[in-house]
Amino acid sequence: MSSGPAVPTPGPAVPAGDDHEGTEVLGPAEVNRSLTRIAHEILERSKGADDLLLLGIPTRGLPLARRLAQRIAEVEPGADAERLVGSLDVTMYRDDLHRHPTRSIGATELPPGRSVDDRVVVLVDDVLFSGRTVRAALDALNDLGRPRSVQLAVLVDRGHRELPIRADYVGKNLPTSLAEQVRVRLAETDGVDSVRITGGAR
Amino acid sequence: MRHLLSASDLDRDAAVAILDTAAQMAATQSREIKKLPTLRGRTVVNLFFEDSTRTRISFEAAAKRLSADVINFAAKGSSVSKGESLKDTALTLQAMGADAVVVRHHASGAPHRLAHAGWVDAAVVNAGDGTHQHPTQALLDAFTLRRHLVRTADEPEGVGRDLTGTHVAIVGDVLHSRVARSNVALLTTLGARVTLVAPPTLVPVGVEAWPCAVSYHLDEVIADQQPDAIMMLRVQRERMGGSGEQAAGSARHGATGFFPSPLEYTRTFGLDARRLRMLPEHAIVLHPGPMNRGLEISADAADSDRAVIVEQVANGVAVRMAVLYLLLAGERETWG
Repeated sequence: MSSGPAVPTPGPAVPAGDDHEGTEVLGPAEVNRSLTRIAHEILERSKGADDLLLLGIPTRGLPLARRLAQRIAEVEPGADAERLVGSLDVTMYRDDLHRHPTRSIGATELPPGRSVDDRVVVLVDDVLFSGRTVRAALDALNDLGRPRSVQLAVLVDRGHRELPIRADYVGKNLPTSLAEQVRVRLAETDGVDSVRITGGAR
Repeated sequence: MRHLLSASDLDRDAAVAILDTAAQMAATQSREIKKLPTLRGRTVVNLFFEDSTRTRISFEAAAKRLSADVINFAAKGSSVSKGESLKDTALTLQAMGADAVVVRHHASGAPHRLAHAGWVDAAVVNAGDGTHQHPTQALLDAFTLRRHLVRTADEPEGVGRDLTGTHVAIVGDVLHSRVARSNVALLTTLGARVTLVAPPTLVPVGVEAWPCAVSYHLDEVIADQQPDAIMMLRVQRERMGGSGEQAAGSARHGATGFFPSPLEYTRTFGLDARRLRMLPEHAIVLHPGPMNRGLEISADAADSDRAVIVEQVANGVAVRMAVLYLLLAGERETWG
């Protein structure tokens, strides 16, 4: 059974060459501002942080979720960043496992004593591309419980969706061609915040 | 990883990667919904030429928790009892489109033959062959040891770490034990120190080439070396020859050519309450099962809170899920 055309890896962008290849589209300051704005949008939409749960999709969604939780805790009285954030590994729910070398499995962890039942869950990832990672995340979430609603926050939306999925909160919309690669690096995992576009004729 | 045939095929990094994957699998098994869709559409055949309870059930549970289709094949009641050869059985499985074959066979090397003879395309997992190897048992023992002996405050499962600095005593019928052979290979690869303890008649020829120490005195090893874990092996009377009736009979009656009487074996090499008290505070007791209670392990020891024997079974499912995932989930072209 085919699961659609072969596409470049969605989710964490493919590492490509050296650190200064291609065009930088977001620097540390822009990443910072985007996350601050998204944190406020999330709070505004969900009217407080009481039922909120931010689930980062490993690898780079998790540090983004942690940063969002920190910003929410800074502005919202009574919110505790530790209690707001968890991780959701989607590896075992992917539909493209047999198209790639075996992936190592990340951790799925909820904040201690919290479940996803009746919460507003915000999925957090670095790049929204085909939408297949998010579809896998929705399946994974389904096995954990029944959230009241599920929203999606991404740092970069690069288009080329293959599924009817859209993000509720977007750091930056980045029109790309399929020949290009979007590479997100974050201080926690790569030492520096930057989003670069590499490859293609730009 | 194309097949899993022997624990000695694994290097340290590969073994740690399997244990880390198993830790993530174990985490999913505490959820309300334990089933994962990962191996949907894949077929796993359990090919068992030898009796087994926990290994077969464990592989079946592991495959089902990953949504694979499972076909159980026991030699009893199949065409094998009509004289079908391993090759023809394998060709049948190939025609049915098996993606993985989990094989247990009374002949050492049967899984290797199955994997390399070109009869099947499937990944072959050795679930115990003769007195040779039982790699998933060694992996689940290593996983259990790591959880109890290597955990740190910020990493309660010991993820990413090996067994460096631990000392494990493996006691009993080493001669007939594929569990002992697999464990010696895997535990030393992971950096643990292993001491085999057995009567001289149950120590295999050539053991001096193994990367472990050998002793004939259980009390001395426990008192002087204070092992962090003690693994009791089953006395495998079905492999000890003698009259067929005797071999198939209860373990509590009659002698074999390997030790004078069960009572003497129990006194010299059995784990009882006294020896349990001599072990260090943190030491754990393992047994691959099935246990001969009253022979190699007393009920006191088997049911004590130091015994992790039931936990070994639970960990077995997680480890086998990890092995099936690593063998089956990736793209076929990368299988080397």
